[in-house]
Amino acid sequence: MSLTQIEIQLIATVVAVACALPGVFLVLRSMAMMSDAISHTVLLGIVIGFFIVEDINSPLLIAGAAVMGLITVSLVELLNRTRLVQEDAAIGLVFPALFSLAVILISRFAGDVHLDSDAVLLGELAFAPFDRLVIAGSDVGPVALYTMTGVLLLNLTFILIFYKELKLATFDAALAAALGFSPGLIHYGLMGLVSITAVGAFDTVGSILVVALMIAPPVSAYLLTDRLTTMLGLSAVFAAIGAITGYWVAHWLDANIAGSMAMMLGLIFGVVFLFAPERGMVALAQRRARQKWEFAQAALTIHLLNHEGTPAAAQENRVEHLSHHLRWQPPFAAEVVQRAQRHGLVERHNGYLALTDDGRQLARETLMLAT
Amino acid sequence: MELWSLLQDLLFDYTLRTVALGAAVLGIVSGSLGSFAVLRRQSLLGDAMSHAALPGIVIAFILTRSKFSLVLLLGALVAGWLATLLMTAIVRYTRVKQDSALGLVLSIFFGFGLVLLTYVQRIPDANQAGLNSYLFGQAAALLQRDVLAMAVLGSAALVLMGLFWKEFKLLSFDPVFGASLGFPMRLVDTLLTTTLVIAIVVGLQAVGVVLMSAMVVAPAAAARQWTDRLSIMVLLAALFGALAGVIGALISSSGSGLATGPTIVLVVSAIVTISIFLAPNRGLLWRWIVRRRNRRRLRVEAVLADLYTLATQHENRYHAHDAVVIRTMRAGQGGVAHTLDILQERGLVRKEDESRWALTPDGFREAQRITADMQE
Amino acid sequence: MEEKHAAIEVADLTVAYQEKPVLWDVDMYVPEGILMAIVGPNGAGKTTLIKAIMGLIQPAAGQISIYGKPFREQRGLVGYVPQRGSVDWDFPTNVLDVVMMGRYGRLGWIRRPGREEERLALEALEKVGMARYSERQISQLSGGQQQRVFLARALVQEAQIYFMDEPFQGVDATTERAIITLLKELSAANKTVVAVHHDLQTVPEYFDYVTLLNVRCIASGPVEQVFSEENLRATYGGRVAFLTAAGNGAEQVEPAATTAGHGAI
Ligand SMILES: Nc1ncnc2c1ncn2[C@@H]1O[C@H](COP(=O)(O)OP(=O)(O)O)[C@@H](O)[C@H]1O
Ligand SMILES: [Mg+2]
Repeated sequence: MSLTQIEIQLIATVVAVACALPGVFLVLRSMAMMSDAISHTVLLGIVIGFFIVEDINSPLLIAGAAVMGLITVSLVELLNRTRLVQEDAAIGLVFPALFSLAVILISRFAGDVHLDSDAVLLGELAFAPFDRLVIAGSDVGPVALYTMTGVLLLNLTFILIFYKELKLATFDAALAAALGFSPGLIHYGLMGLVSITAVGAFDTVGSILVVALMIAPPVSAYLLTDRLTTMLGLSAVFAAIGAITGYWVAHWLDANIAGSMAMMLGLIFGVVFLFAPERGMVALAQRRARQKWEFAQAALTIHLLNHEGTPAAAQENRVEHLSHHLRWQPPFAAEVVQRAQRHGLVERHNGYLALTDDGRQLARETLMLAT
Repeated sequence: MELWSLLQDLLFDYTLRTVALGAAVLGIVSGSLGSFAVLRRQSLLGDAMSHAALPGIVIAFILTRSKFSLVLLLGALVAGWLATLLMTAIVRYTRVKQDSALGLVLSIFFGFGLVLLTYVQRIPDANQAGLNSYLFGQAAALLQRDVLAMAVLGSAALVLMGLFWKEFKLLSFDPVFGASLGFPMRLVDTLLTTTLVIAIVVGLQAVGVVLMSAMVVAPAAAARQWTDRLSIMVLLAALFGALAGVIGALISSSGSGLATGPTIVLVVSAIVTISIFLAPNRGLLWRWIVRRRNRRRLRVEAVLADLYTLATQHENRYHAHDAVVIRTMRAGQGGVAHTLDILQERGLVRKEDESRWALTPDGFREAQRITADMQE
Repeated sequence: MEEKHAAIEVADLTVAYQEKPVLWDVDMYVPEGILMAIVGPNGAGKTTLIKAIMGLIQPAAGQISIYGKPFREQRGLVGYVPQRGSVDWDFPTNVLDVVMMGRYGRLGWIRRPGREEERLALEALEKVGMARYSERQISQLSGGQQQRVFLARALVQEAQIYFMDEPFQGVDATTERAIITLLKELSAANKTVVAVHHDLQTVPEYFDYVTLLNVRCIASGPVEQVFSEENLRATYGGRVAFLTAAGNGAEQVEPAATTAGHGAI
């Protein structure tokens, strides 16, 4: 492995983890598409910032971008508040307009600057190591590594300091407000964080794939855990795995690295989606299959309980009538009866089914639980 | 005149005519079908579908080595459709919410497409300029046969919409009731989604993956402000879409050097802004005027009612009262002097001297009517 | 009550959403031409019961028949008034248009409504006292007016059986009286109405039959037989103090002619 390769992987990992952390809150707060909006509109902030300071490397551009991210969020909220358009439409109106404006401004007035829309949309991680940070004449590493580490630390700090508030504002905004935390402040703080992260990241991965980095790891983690801390940790791990495997797949195919990272994150999600221990498709199918029988046995005991001691019982509780009454296929009904007998829930007395004490208790408990 | 020469170009210049036609087709199709997406709160579905189309386009190219747009568009169609299915499955079977599913599928399909695209670049003589136009849109590079392909697909979508108009309306307004009538609403949903994918795919080449979503949302959102009828909304959205498409395409191909996609999006955003402010009944300006007028009417009526109260307490109903009294009755709500002036203009009150005012007979009758209304 | 045809028969109906059962073994018998209330606390499964009967949800067990045949064959006999909150009232459409939707089922695929549908819709609007509002955009209606529009939409379905989900929810007193008058007219014309109802006080006055539901069917039958305090307590759990006045129609009667008793009615 060459030094450049190591540097690229380092940058990729740092970018991915930095994106995944605020992404967790976006996913939990149902604001995932806001990352799409912000990652596009920060470009306008950079362009306007550039017109003001006329230096493409000025850190003020990042501030401009962060402000534009916040403006995007408020514009969406403002538009939504007129109640003339729904929230999803508001997002879909605001960000393409601001992004288009940025693209046109660039092509019109800043054509000669290192800012072209291809690069903004797609990013090129492979070039990141060539932009070196030189301090006092000595090369200390790629600039991107430093900026993104800075962003990562910023995100970590914010989450550590405001962990309690973030958690509360995410899961119970009303309670947070009642306790005196301002959910609005946390909300805008988080949005500012997303903006800064997006600016830092889109140089390397482009604005569309920022969305993949922000959303895919948290969504995968969301299917694996209920705890916020675990979700943050898992997201970071997935992000790092996606970054490094993505790099090698891109290397092997000679393809775009960021795209490949998104692809690998998609693969991770796919695996989780299918095989997550409780919420995966396989587990779901298994649980359904098991529950089908448990459910059917419970339905049988409740049916018997409802008709116990009534004049209709004789009719309702005959084994051969069961499939007719419950609309079950006869083989299915027979299987359910067999299982229920095996579990000691029902007994068979010359063609009639009767509940055992256990069966009666199961029926009662099921009804109690359901109520 | 510039406008005249532009018109001439539009009629006789092959490129310009093709571009304008293409943009018009795009606007009409995405505007009308976008209306349903917006009404069903699926505005961002367009965003997701257009991004998700990218791998489909590239795979279609890899498989056929053809850059003929109908082939590529079919690839886009399949991919967009698959993405929608996947999103539906994620939302239905897991606890992941709609917005996360959208963002996830959108960005991962796009990333996959990008990998394929950069991979294709290594294929010898696969000049992928044609493919690149799907990313950012190149209306100026549209050929007549591209426009033809767009028109064919677009018409198919519009015909479907026309045929299933009633079912689509039912799905958008009250799907449960629709199901109770015996319509298989899942199937209707699939049909509508398919037409939406077609609409998006039609626009990709002109506007590009990134900005296509705007063409789904914006014309419909603008049209919604002007009407309360679905049919008119769809027609207006088609009109707005076409208008934005043609104007944008003209501006960008008239040597301004502006990229087509962004220009069209800015034009359509301008239409949205105008609609939101100026549309009658719903528009912000309209609402502001109505609110102001109401407030003024209430103020006028209140002052008149106060004068009436004073008049009925006095043996002479046309006796003049001091404005200060009325001002205290209004509890410092201000504007009393101005309101009295308005009333005087209408001949309802009379100014006795510098500070005292009295009802006129007309004013007394009017005040009687108002207080009667108030008590009701 | 004399011997009547069964308009609806539900037997051993069990319904689950994914993994969560919400109705267990419900039996219900609805004679033709009666007004039946379904009552029960929130989340009791009232909406689910109606939806399951109408085939909108696949039941896990049990059978449902409408005039002795499966629902699928009898769809044309059934009209439906969903919960008012189930649609977007800001949708760009007017009153007449919404009411005409009630005819879509008869029209089938692709065919558009025409003059005949419009005439029927106006007639139905006349019946619910909304004819003047036929051109009104639906967002500009009061809650009571919205409910009347939904009712008119069900009326143009020209059904034998009407399912109504909370038709009195959030309506003013005038509308409530208008609706109940309409329901009594329907009943007089031998139509059957099954309505989810919340106001226990008015059950004996408005309805002939009642089904008390809370995940399972506590009781179902003529109001005077089953609308007892005991059954209400079983339905609503301990929170029944406010109901004491409601049970008055049923005090001297045997408690609970429960589910099993229906065959005998
Ligand atoms: N689509 C659904 N998916 C999962 N659970 C549902 C769904 N609809 C309703 N439920 C659950 O089923 C139960 C019964 O709901 P419902 O029939 O609407 O009650 P009611 O109408 O009596 O208030 C509730 O606990 C509700 O949470
Ligand atoms: Mg309900």
